Amino acid sequence: MEHPAFEEVTVHHEHQDDATFKKKVRKTTILLSVITIIELAIGLIIYTMHKGESPSELLVLMFKGVVCILTLAKAYYIVSIFMHLGDEIRNMIMTIVVPLLLFVWFIIAFIYEGNSYKNLRNTYDKHFKETTTPVKHHKAEAPAAEPKSGKE
Amino acid sequence: MATTTVHQTKWWSGGKSPFNMEYGKLMMWYFLMSDAFTFGAFLISYGSIRFSQNFWPDPNVVFNAFPGAGHANLPLAFVSVMTFILIISSVTMVLAVHAGHKGDKQGVMKWMVWTIIGGLAFLGCQAWEWHHLITGEHAVLANGQIEMIGQTMGGNPWGNIVHDNAALTAALNNTSHETLVQLVHSHDHSHTATELAAMTDVQLRGMVDLAEMHIREKGPIAFGGYFFGITGFHGFHVFSGVVINIIMLIMTQKDVFKNRGHYLMIEKAGLYWHFVDLVWVFVFLCFYLI
Repeated sequence: MEHPAFEEVTVHHEHQDDATFKKKVRKTTILLSVITIIELAIGLIIYTMHKGESPSELLVLMFKGVVCILTLAKAYYIVSIFMHLGDEIRNMIMTIVVPLLLFVWFIIAFIYEGNSYKNLRNTYDKHFKETTTPVKHHKAEAPAAEPKSGKE
Repeated sequence: MATTTVHQTKWWSGGKSPFNMEYGKLMMWYFLMSDAFTFGAFLISYGSIRFSQNFWPDPNVVFNAFPGAGHANLPLAFVSVMTFILIISSVTMVLAVHAGHKGDKQGVMKWMVWTIIGGLAFLGCQAWEWHHLITGEHAVLANGQIEMIGQTMGGNPWGNIVHDNAALTAALNNTSHETLVQLVHSHDHSHTATELAAMTDVQLRGMVDLAEMHIREKGPIAFGGYFFGITGFHGFHVFSGVVINIIMLIMTQKDVFKNRGHYLMIEKAGLYWHFVDLVWVFVFLCFYLI
């Protein structure tokens, strides 16, 4: 497009030639696929750990953390390459990205809230605690000395 | 960002869009941002409920079926197929937008068709998965008897595995004839359902292999509501994306964009479609991986 399609569009992004574009798309596709495959592999590792005798809570949590980070990386590539947000001018990017920072508070506050509700119920509602806490497979030591972290 | 270094461009001095972007595309971005908050609120609410429970079903136990594979235990397999379908259809959409930049009508149409096919394939997979979850019944211990329930809004068969064999044997004695037939039929295929129905309860009980069954308690009821609600809302986005893409395909075919001189509508539809893929990345994370 040589002439501006709309009056408000005054400066055109440099258009890459076909070869560079194709290369970029191919690279991003491969990247997204590889990240997805790694995520699936971690998912299967978590599955085998859960089947095992005594899964290490910390290790499972760490793997889940890694999967979350990989997902954020995927989201970054989709938004910045496929949706071309990375090619827009900085002011525009900021009007999208800055409001999304609310999610930081949003996630922390509500996860904390849910966890606190669980702890309160386990303290004051013994029936809830007894009926829902998983019993350890073999010869339980007194069930759940410390409540499992909510993320199963 | 090469565009910001252009000389003498005073973005904020009037007469230009400070964002150097067509109005409709800018508004599409803001719509997508607000939609991100809608999805975010749903997913965070799910996380909040999940953290408030002592027990939550392991996704690898719930989602382990594959079409045509019978009762084989294949955790994560089917959902990875769905994920790749969406990634690939996102790539074909990028190619359609690129063809639009070059004013290549045939290219736009070709890649739009592939994108639509990808969207329909995803919807088909989701329909199969929902159907499998709702109709596939599993034995649970509830109210002192064994029941067969599927994964629905009102019940969840993925609770803790019951290890108390005395309780299970007692429950078996309270269990109805129909449920016993279903129970035996689920792991013994040497008899037909009608043959089993003709047997007495005592015979049927003798055929139930409690150790083999892995009978569970009922799981948290919220699981179904969140799963069907959020994947359903996402599926609805995919569906509307497919409808939008079909409209874009017809408009391209009728030379609407060619006459207009630009294919910016394809770009806006593309933004929506990529957003659908983006949301799936997070739904995949929250329901299937962690």
